[in-house]
Amino acid sequence: MSSTLPTSAQNPETGTARVKRGMAEQLKGGVIMDVVNAEQAKIAEDAGAVAVMALERVPADIRKDGGVARMSDPNMIEEIIEAVSIPVMAKSRIGHFVEAQVLQSLGVDYIDESEVLTPADEVNHSDKWAFTTPFVCGATNLGEALRRIAEGAAMIRSKGEAGTGNVVEAVRHLRQIKNEIAKLRGFDNNELFAAAKELRAPYELVKEVAELGKLPVVLFSAGGVATPADAALMRQLGAEGVFVGSGIFKSGDPAKRAAAIVKATTFYDDPKIIADASRNLGEAMVGINCDTLPEAERYANRGW
Amino acid sequence: MSSTPVIGVLALQGDVREHLIALAAADAVARPVRRPEELAEVDGLVIPGGESTTISKLAVLFGLMEPLRARVADGMPVYGTCAGLIMLADKILDPRSGQETIGGIDMIVRRNAFGRQNESFEATVEVTGVGPVEGVFIRAPWVESVGAQTEVLAEHGGHIVAVRQGNALATSFHPELTGDHRMHALFVEMVRDAR
Repeated sequence: MSSTLPTSAQNPETGTARVKRGMAEQLKGGVIMDVVNAEQAKIAEDAGAVAVMALERVPADIRKDGGVARMSDPNMIEEIIEAVSIPVMAKSRIGHFVEAQVLQSLGVDYIDESEVLTPADEVNHSDKWAFTTPFVCGATNLGEALRRIAEGAAMIRSKGEAGTGNVVEAVRHLRQIKNEIAKLRGFDNNELFAAAKELRAPYELVKEVAELGKLPVVLFSAGGVATPADAALMRQLGAEGVFVGSGIFKSGDPAKRAAAIVKATTFYDDPKIIADASRNLGEAMVGINCDTLPEAERYANRGW
Repeated sequence: MSSTPVIGVLALQGDVREHLIALAAADAVARPVRRPEELAEVDGLVIPGGESTTISKLAVLFGLMEPLRARVADGMPVYGTCAGLIMLADKILDPRSGQETIGGIDMIVRRNAFGRQNESFEATVEVTGVGPVEGVFIRAPWVESVGAQTEVLAEHGGHIVAVRQGNALATSFHPELTGDHRMHALFVEMVRDAR
């Protein structure tokens, strides 16, 4: 055996950071779609989705219905796992590590510890290192992203404002994260200690981001993407892929819109292709203006 | 004229960036390929990891499938990792309806054969001509069987995980995620030899 190999690589080992983060690397350039049943999951797969997010209600309906939003029924998640060959993700409440344990036992490929569901703990997020299944978490800024990574998140997404069909908050969060990373690049070693304190994030992670010029995990955008141009916008702003929640199955022609958003995500820098993808898509989801949304109804404020 | 080969990475979806970095580290000029005219300009092509169903659909949709088949049939060196290995298989055991491959390697592959994400793993793999490498297997396929012209380069747990046929190379695992560029160096050498 070569002496250059770490001992951990000698024997098969599951659930390593490289395997968890590497899974997200495979999703890059792709679209992850919210689906509520097997039929929608197949439509998403046929449209070229790289993964589906299985949940009982899309965020727009969670908003409308109110009440406590929880992990989905295991039967429904299993039906979706059976229906498609692409990866299946599912959501747990923030801090609800037992929901996460259940999702892991069902064999989902990624767990989204999501602010779209009602938080179960107003202080702590789940310890994500304790799981074999990788986690994706939302963030509105760099400090939040790094705290989630410190807890074991293997992928980060902007929070945006889910279920609104309004991309403005996703843009705000992605710009915030990118700007804070760019600022770190300009800091010398002395300044990184204070930066870590200010970001409320571990120094080692702050230093790593300053050196890499990016997060050490994949960064997607989520929360409000409704059109092909929205998806391309997020990619041009630096997202490595997009989550689309309510935007597809709350629109007039889901199959067509789903395929169009996939095209625009791959050719995000080619306005001609985005234009073609945007033609005759039927009605987009109606959408909500985020500035009229009461503070208490803003999902992005959930998580700490 | 520089002798540095120009190698494309099929950039429809997947871990393109990691392959571009690995190829550059192995002394190639690396660039993303999304259009037929970009494909025409490269000396060799990497097909990255990603979702094989997505990559296949986008390749058909954007008119790349036939040009890809033509160049591979013409002997252009290609290297596929994970989803890329599936794309280079002449036959998939369990394709999704309408899932097409480029082909080029006489083998039958099984998708997600090692299991779902919870079964994804790292293990040392002994690759003929390269030595032990860190294998990162993510929802990885394996090769069920190969034809007479296909050379098996590595196995793991009794299953074929690396193959070569002529100018086509494929691995179930992801060397691009490890920082060890020997597999890419081998491929760059294949591209140099083919020119």
